[in-house]
Amino acid sequence: MPKLPIGLWVEQIVAWAQVNLEGLFDFITLIIEVLVTRIETVFLTVHPLIILALVFILLWSLANPKVAIGTAIGLYLIYNMELWEASIQTLALVLAATALALLLGVPLGILTARSNLAHKLIMPLLDFMQTMPAFVYLIPAVLFFGLGQVPGLFATVVFAMPPTIRLTGLGIRQVPAQLVEASDAFGSTEWQKLTKVQIPLALPTIMAGINQCIMLSLSMVVIAAMIGAGGLGDEVLAGISRLDIAKGFEGGLAIVIMAIILDRVTQSFGERHR
Amino acid sequence: MSKIIIKDLVKIFGDHPEKAQEMLKEGYDKDDILEKTRQTVGIFDINFSVNEGEVFVLMGLSGSGKSTLLRCVNRLIEPTSGTITIDGEDITLAEPDVIRDIRRNKVSMVFQRFALFPHRTVLDNVAYGLEIQGVPTAQRREKAAQVIETVGLKGWEYSLPDQLSGGMQQRVGLARALANNPDILLMDEAFSALDPLIRKSMQDELLSLQNTLNKTIIFVTHDLDEALKIGDRIALMNNGTIVQIGTAEDILTNPANDYVERFVEDVDKTKVLTAEGVMKAPDPVVFLKDGPHVALRRMKEHGISSIFVVTRERRLAGIVLAEDALQAVKEHREEFRNIIIEDVPKVSIATPVIDVIPVLAETKFPVAVTNDDDKLVGILVKGSVLAGMARKGDNIA
Repeated sequence: MPKLPIGLWVEQIVAWAQVNLEGLFDFITLIIEVLVTRIETVFLTVHPLIILALVFILLWSLANPKVAIGTAIGLYLIYNMELWEASIQTLALVLAATALALLLGVPLGILTARSNLAHKLIMPLLDFMQTMPAFVYLIPAVLFFGLGQVPGLFATVVFAMPPTIRLTGLGIRQVPAQLVEASDAFGSTEWQKLTKVQIPLALPTIMAGINQCIMLSLSMVVIAAMIGAGGLGDEVLAGISRLDIAKGFEGGLAIVIMAIILDRVTQSFGERHR
Repeated sequence: MSKIIIKDLVKIFGDHPEKAQEMLKEGYDKDDILEKTRQTVGIFDINFSVNEGEVFVLMGLSGSGKSTLLRCVNRLIEPTSGTITIDGEDITLAEPDVIRDIRRNKVSMVFQRFALFPHRTVLDNVAYGLEIQGVPTAQRREKAAQVIETVGLKGWEYSLPDQLSGGMQQRVGLARALANNPDILLMDEAFSALDPLIRKSMQDELLSLQNTLNKTIIFVTHDLDEALKIGDRIALMNNGTIVQIGTAEDILTNPANDYVERFVEDVDKTKVLTAEGVMKAPDPVVFLKDGPHVALRRMKEHGISSIFVVTRERRLAGIVLAEDALQAVKEHREEFRNIIIEDVPKVSIATPVIDVIPVLAETKFPVAVTNDDDKLVGILVKGSVLAGMARKGDNIA
């Protein structure tokens, strides 16, 4: 049997999309660039220590003192390592990727919970998205969006969205059937049932999905840097290419600090909804 | 008048009910149909109506179809065929928005495991039905607070459901159902998850609430004692269909078939049988005008030591003892005056046997049974009560 030209087919599809969906890709690029730049500008125009203080106060009152103190120490360390700007670039990328993943993932998750057909179609797709090595997404991302933050973000969203969809769907399916029935028995519309009963009760699980999404986004930082996404990933890549242990470790440590901060912050918000 | 009328209702679970429908009509049983068509017959051949203000109990073991039937009434489960009429309106094929309206305004439901929303306070749970109708916050909370007071939970408005005991949670469930001010309450094993003492007090409370609210209630239970206690009428279900409908006494004394007999054989009959069911005919009696002579002769004829005296309208006047009548005869007195004992034990025909027994135990006379017009319709002596219970028991055992 001759070799199936699977790779060729995919190449043709990508080439077709490149030509015919150019307008769409340009539009997406524009929006994402604006979004990411905005986040960056907001954080970079204010002095790092002022941001640090504001974050500390915010977390002290909204989350808990432990999270607030830990975050302040972590952020100061980043500032001290002179990685503040790179960290903000990474943060902007992660936040933008998470926002997009939620925007797409939460509705898709709700769809999988409500329709068995959607569930059957989407689940294998998610398996595919999660197991395909993340590097592979870089190729079409560059072809569609050129080099820079946007293709990095594209690859990140593809990689980080599946847990959001899965956990949103799971959370809604796990709402006890009798509560859904009670909501029906009192004459709720589908929308009322979703917003007043199912989503509030699924919220802890949905929050776990958001948390996972952020963590996976962070794990893509170095990979995305290979196609020019910048940020802390650049530091690590530079460390690798120059065999510069000091630079590589500091970049990696900053990523770890960001991960811990984002994880604790989202978790403590998740607990508030329990 | 009939509030709810159910006609020829069938529910078959599965994708292809047509073949199963036909087999049902040909008289195949559920197991055969499941085997041949892979369709599960939930309920079939259901016919009954519920009157306004009536407590109608659907009783049966688990799997008998009673919960399925209850859910057909507000179409949480779509029936396969047959009709459901509420207030003269056929709702079997009504559009979703009509059904939504009915669920919002006319029919509320109370669930076995309470089904309270854990993320809402008691107040907001009770206000849920009003909230989804778009009633403004202040107004719906006020209404909810009133209903919470009615069910005796004042002071708990801002608690979360899991801070409450089971009995209190079900009061919230009841309040939530009442807040919409529905005509009809569907109660699905509403008290089955509660422990026995709480269950009993909830039953009593439901009955006393029902006295003032006068809702039409369909109450599902697997507990025969509960059914007998709260049901005006009871429909006994088995294997997907109704095997008998009647009052508690109908079902106990005239079971329609072996299944009902077996179901009711363990019931404590003293709670359900009434004085009327075990009394003897009021014979002999004497009339006021008859006098001591006649009374004495009747007592001798029947070998008894006392006799009831009635007026011409057969109202109970009192009792005369043999020794007093003998004395009066000796003294040549022609009237009952002085020897008639007016303060005799009496019970009404509707008194349960369990309440008759202590009366019998405390008196040395027979107990008179009177109807609503105070006429003497029967008498009870210890022997007749036992014999009556044994007689009814024969029917049942």
